Amino acid sequence: MAFLSVFDVIGPNMIGPSSSHTAGAAVLAFLAQKLIAPPLRSVSFTLHGSFAKTYLGHGTDRALLGGVMGFSTDDVRIRNSLAIAEQRGLTYSFLPSEEEKDVHPNTVDIRMKNEAGKVMEVRGESLGGGKVHISRINGVSVDFTGEYSTVIVVQQDTPGVVAHITKVLSDSGVNIAFMRLYRESKGRTAYTIVESDGRFPEGIDVPLRENPHVYDVMILEP
Amino acid sequence: MDFKTGKELLELCRRESLPISEVMRRRETEEGGLTRAEAENRMQRALEIMRNAAARPIDHPVPSMGGLIGGEAQKLHRHADQGACACGTLLSRAMMYAVAVLETNASMGLIVAAPTAGSAGVVPGVLLALQDEHSLPDGRIVDALFNAGAVGYLAMRNATVAGAVGGCQAEVGVAAAMAASAAVELLGGKPQQCLSAASTVLANMLGLVCDPVGGLVEYPCQIRNASGVANALAAAELALSGVSALIPFDEMLDTMAAVGRRIPPELRETALGGCAAAPSACARCRR
Repeated sequence: MAFLSVFDVIGPNMIGPSSSHTAGAAVLAFLAQKLIAPPLRSVSFTLHGSFAKTYLGHGTDRALLGGVMGFSTDDVRIRNSLAIAEQRGLTYSFLPSEEEKDVHPNTVDIRMKNEAGKVMEVRGESLGGGKVHISRINGVSVDFTGEYSTVIVVQQDTPGVVAHITKVLSDSGVNIAFMRLYRESKGRTAYTIVESDGRFPEGIDVPLRENPHVYDVMILEP
Repeated sequence: MDFKTGKELLELCRRESLPISEVMRRRETEEGGLTRAEAENRMQRALEIMRNAAARPIDHPVPSMGGLIGGEAQKLHRHADQGACACGTLLSRAMMYAVAVLETNASMGLIVAAPTAGSAGVVPGVLLALQDEHSLPDGRIVDALFNAGAVGYLAMRNATVAGAVGGCQAEVGVAAAMAASAAVELLGGKPQQCLSAASTVLANMLGLVCDPVGGLVEYPCQIRNASGVANALAAAELALSGVSALIPFDEMLDTMAAVGRRIPPELRETALGGCAAAPSACARCRR
């Protein structure tokens, strides 16, 4: 269990009305936009379960859109995020879906497209109290929360890449808290996710990219 | 300095001759990696947000997103001004602040979850009213928030604070337990009396279901916050008078969690039962 701070109890500071449907939604979208190079041009949110049923009354739509524009849970701009997105030329849509029944009740699929035309799909679940976890990236099942400093390496599933990652991290004095590899299937795209207690050194993505089988490196700091 | 149970917390308080608030503050700095100043500033910021959220709707009522609430704090304020309070000035004021925070929350205003958004009115309601009544400086209220945080942390760690898991007893119930404990320390009670008050609240709110009309954090959430404030102050009064809870706080947390598991899913935040399923509630939501 991660350390439970007094500010997990007296907190988070958040725009209401719901820690799961508003604050958690903002956190999920905030994490998602960290996984794609800005600026975003379009985003669609597919809402499942309770999100699909009550998103309007909870401002889940505004929270998601605010989060994807980089607003934190206590940013009052969340209230006006629909108008702000329009000003920024970010097109958006919300699609309530009842198709998938066995998902967590507060699940959202976030599909983003940036100016370079790159597309990224992220699925996240809001667990209550503003806590979240990301459960899927581009169709690959993953599991991380963004509470730790996190490095996500997108790579080909081939021998030596993980050794390369751990060598770079150990050369930089990073203490790994958790490390997991997720893949589509053998030999295809894989995601190595490393969580660390402390912040990663500035520019750590540069040596991580120095391997022909590494496609992309993303860094999330809490 | 760390603790995993109420028993361990009381033992630390006794051994170090410290109030609960100071043990919780040291836990945050020694185990959580914040400096004392950082922890202090963050809590001061939380207090500011609480105060704004509790004050604004009194003069500037706003309708909620779902349209079920709005304007209740102003009504309480006007009623109190007429001098015919059923509850006395302290409780009346604490209720006013508590429902105000829920109004702010339901209209997408900035609040501090304590421990959740739906129960965010209880702790500021009790503490800000006590501050007014006894002219206490902010520093004392910050202490009280650390005390409340210790109780909420134990509930989060050893039971639950999610309505979807444990019902409203886990949200407003825990918030009221936090507020009761904090009020006892604020009024000069001993650590043991703090947790006794928290235990009393959990016993009195045991089994309360989570049944939000329309699935929204509005009704009965807002009035439950008012009742949470009353429960907190009643429990604090009992504890300060030396009426101690029969059941230790740790056992009461286990009991609350066990009862929560037995609450059927329809009565745990799904809006399928309780108030949410009453005909008038359903009619309001269809509009």
